[in-house]
Amino acid sequence: MSTQYLIVGATLPDGSKSDLRIANGRITERGTGLKSDGAAMIDANGLIALPGLVDLHTHLREPGFEQSETVLSGTRAAAAGGFTSVFAMANTMPVADTSGVVEQVQSLGDAAGYATVRPIGAVTVGLAGERLSEIGAMAHSRAAVSVFSDDGKCVHDSLLMRRALEYVKTFNGVIAQHAQDPRLTEKSQMNEGALSSELGLAGWPAVAEESIIARDVLLAEHVGARLHICHLSTAGSVDVMRWAKARGIDVTAEVTPHHLLLTEELVRSYDARFKVNPPLRRDEDVLALRAGVADGTIDIIATDHAPHPDEAKDCEWDHAAFGMVGLESALSVTQTALVDTGIVGWNDVARLLSHAPARIGRLAGHTHDFAVGSPANITLTDPSASSTFGLANLVGKSRNSPYLGMTLSGSVRHTFHHGYATLTDGVLVDPAEVAAHATEWRTTHG
Amino acid sequence: MRHLLSTKDLSRDDAIMILDVAEDMSDVQLREVKKLPTLRGKTVVNLFFEDSTRTRISFELAAKRLSADVINFSAKGSSVSKGESLKDTAQTLAAMGADGVVIRHSSSGSPQLLADSGWIDAGIVNAGDGTHEHPTQALLDAFTMRRRIHGAASRGRDLSGVSVLIVGDILHSRVARSNLWLLRTLGAEVTFVAPATLLPFGAETWPAGIRYDLDAAIAEVNPDVVMMLRIQSERMNAAFFPNPREYARVWGLDDERLARLRPDTIVMHPGPMNRGLEISSRAADSAQSTVIEQVANGVSIRMAVLYLLLSGDREGSA
Repeated sequence: MSTQYLIVGATLPDGSKSDLRIANGRITERGTGLKSDGAAMIDANGLIALPGLVDLHTHLREPGFEQSETVLSGTRAAAAGGFTSVFAMANTMPVADTSGVVEQVQSLGDAAGYATVRPIGAVTVGLAGERLSEIGAMAHSRAAVSVFSDDGKCVHDSLLMRRALEYVKTFNGVIAQHAQDPRLTEKSQMNEGALSSELGLAGWPAVAEESIIARDVLLAEHVGARLHICHLSTAGSVDVMRWAKARGIDVTAEVTPHHLLLTEELVRSYDARFKVNPPLRRDEDVLALRAGVADGTIDIIATDHAPHPDEAKDCEWDHAAFGMVGLESALSVTQTALVDTGIVGWNDVARLLSHAPARIGRLAGHTHDFAVGSPANITLTDPSASSTFGLANLVGKSRNSPYLGMTLSGSVRHTFHHGYATLTDGVLVDPAEVAAHATEWRTTHG
Repeated sequence: MRHLLSTKDLSRDDAIMILDVAEDMSDVQLREVKKLPTLRGKTVVNLFFEDSTRTRISFELAAKRLSADVINFSAKGSSVSKGESLKDTAQTLAAMGADGVVIRHSSSGSPQLLADSGWIDAGIVNAGDGTHEHPTQALLDAFTMRRRIHGAASRGRDLSGVSVLIVGDILHSRVARSNLWLLRTLGAEVTFVAPATLLPFGAETWPAGIRYDLDAAIAEVNPDVVMMLRIQSERMNAAFFPNPREYARVWGLDDERLARLRPDTIVMHPGPMNRGLEISSRAADSAQSTVIEQVANGVSIRMAVLYLLLSGDREGSA
């Protein structure tokens, strides 16, 4: 049986306070002084209500790398972080380059129920950058793929990138480009600068990202296609994006929480938890990325949640895997880097982490402005909380978080997906209960 | 001292202490019986993930002259080549009671990882990590310079006012990095000379002069020391310079350039040398060359480092 909830005294993103009644997967009533009428009461005084967060860039690792994460464990991490939808990257084994794989990932997500899983399709077969994958088949599959990306690898061949942009336009999709010139970044280990030279680690120069973005925005303009740039990491990239948007090019950009908070100085420890691609950059880059978020040059925040087992990080820096988990910490890092610093308000957070990623990913009927009748995907966070981020905060399979031991603001208290709770008082709801609610929701809405 | 991981973090006092203890160790090597009982009962492991016969035997000799038991653990033919992790190797050595680990590794930062990880409690000596640091090489180079310049009055002295040219593949050289930090700490002036392709990105922010032209550097800097670096064969085909002939012509210490140095300018090379490429035979074998002294001094420096790290009760050492 569907549970009714009455959220009492929540602060909405626009700053107003309201009660919210949830029933049958929808917001059915809002206002003040609402009566319980048998609904389960959620005391949200002091909590901010956000539309369910949407992550356009998640690595769920299934199929193929289940020792790092599964669709179930990754969506549990998502729920703990306040996310109600995640876009699952294509670099699985096998690669998500056929309708079979994307449909499998989609159905695993549907069954688990912790979040809406939207598979991303590979642009090229096996992410090899040589031939287009079955983009049309994936778009027309039950998974209805709308975002295509070779993330982890750059579509570096200019002609292939042009064709991909044109072909995906046919299906109203978008290419999400991992901008990295492969020749300029051979064996690269960290941001190229005086510090990489001192530490003796091969550099990943900013120009390797900026030159690809510059080429791709011009290609998108030339063929009239839509383009999304993954994980912008440099001040120069923000400049190129600002120029492209001023020119009217249909391009969007994302930044990760870690690039908004952390810098390359952390690499001095040679602790591979700080090894990520694109790498942590300089202070100037962090400030430029924050300014890019503030003025709208950067459209969204996406986690690039990249789980790895301990053995992939507990080793020499240049042997270690690239990537950090980020779902559980994303909203806290966003608050710490952008809200507490006065750069954005909660309305902007709702845009950056819900409305805009849903729009770019063509995720219909998911996010909202808390109007009656809206889908009840809701996150409640306590902005007054401040705590040391620890292993207990990590609920996915992997522990490769750069924030362990750091003090972060905010704490996600409740997450509702399709009107049922996935996180209650900071504790994940039991998998069987969530799966049962998910089945019920599909039966009535599917 | 607990570990020796880099010269960047080495204080002037500690550096001079190492050099002075090395003077004592050098005196011991002039005796008929070259062995000291200092590290009797201690076990030193030479953990070499990268081939380097010269450095390994230098450390081995140093440890043996201090009466330590020495185990040579080479990646080739050991479990490491079968995929065993650094963590497991370190924990194995810890379980066997290693007191000191001398590590050579192609991955920058590996010695620091061993020191910080908690996998092993031994004193760690960096014997060269990737393109990061090679602190004992820099210490033996400084020791060699100090002896040539100050002779018997070396003890307690630094290298104030000494000007050093370091010539060649700075980009890939851990020797150049360790030398820069240590020489600056000891008061010397350092100038890097190389084609722009072989200078580290951002080196202009380092406390070193940067020059492209070796002839102008010799004429204008009037160096007390010219240190030539080895050109690795794998750089030859990677667009760092057109070919070895052009490199030798523009950046090699050939006979003509040797003749233009002051008679008391020291010529150094960390070895092994490419005779005819970065250095001519005549320059390498000249009276100004310290190449052989560097090898002998290497043993004294490594004895000093092992002595300072491993002698006595390590619990109380900082």
